[in-house]
Amino acid sequence: MRIGVITFPGTLDDVDAVRAVRLAGGEAVNLWHADRDLHGVDAVVVPGGFSYGDYLRAGAIAARAPIMDEVVVAADHGMPVLGICNGFQILCEAGLLPGALTRNVGLHFVCRDLRLRVESASTAWTGAFAAGQEIVVPLKSGEGRYVADAATLAQLEADGRIVFRYVDPAPNGSTSDIAGIASANGRVVGLMPHPEHAIEPLTGPSADGLGLFTSVLAAVTSA
Amino acid sequence: MARVVVDVMPKPEILDPQGQAVAGALHRLGVAGVTDVRQGKHFELEVDDAVDDDTLHRIAGSLLANPVIEDWRVTRA
Repeated sequence: MRIGVITFPGTLDDVDAVRAVRLAGGEAVNLWHADRDLHGVDAVVVPGGFSYGDYLRAGAIAARAPIMDEVVVAADHGMPVLGICNGFQILCEAGLLPGALTRNVGLHFVCRDLRLRVESASTAWTGAFAAGQEIVVPLKSGEGRYVADAATLAQLEADGRIVFRYVDPAPNGSTSDIAGIASANGRVVGLMPHPEHAIEPLTGPSADGLGLFTSVLAAVTSA
Repeated sequence: MARVVVDVMPKPEILDPQGQAVAGALHRLGVAGVTDVRQGKHFELEVDDAVDDDTLHRIAGSLLANPVIEDWRVTRA
């Protein structure tokens, strides 16, 4: 299974995402923001960082990069897409996920390991978990406060599309302690914390994050 | 050519911690009477006369502002 990892100018976490894909047993394929070719990958990871220096809004310029046109078309056909941190911001800006990520309450950049609850195991990226399971992964962001209008929030809740919640009160002030959400078909997932930094005990607080990458390999294989 | 100004502001219901921080700084400086600050963005575009208002609003609503969290106003200078 080939999993693409996109690099934009200012992306930081593409190398860790590639490692996570490999450790999960997939073949990682580097994708470049200016390309209009997904090189036949089966899924795409949009990794974290500060694409285009967060100019205009976090993720706003990257969401209009040539590669994202291809990602949007592929996602419309059901390809699994995972956005992590800046990648989550990019997917919201690209219209693949509803809502927006805004400046943390209190303006603090939050960088720490924290507990997440997996609210839905029915997405392409969370099938290896059990609903209600708690995992430990790092959060490192200054604009991670999820917001959406009341109707959107009610829809996400009713459809089971809130995928991850902060177990302790969200350190960024995120609405309803939301850490991650999914598209209506459960193939596109975005979250602020970093599963790719928690794939082995040597370098991370846990190996819990690996589950997202093994999940998508299973989802793609069974599709 | 004409100058077009696009002002982008966080929607009233969206928390603006940057504006709050500015308001707090004013308070610490001893400035009285400022009860609230909202921080937004101001864009100045140099535009051919052929560009119509619909196009300007499309530019503002699809790139300069995020309609989920921001309002905008287009003004021809």
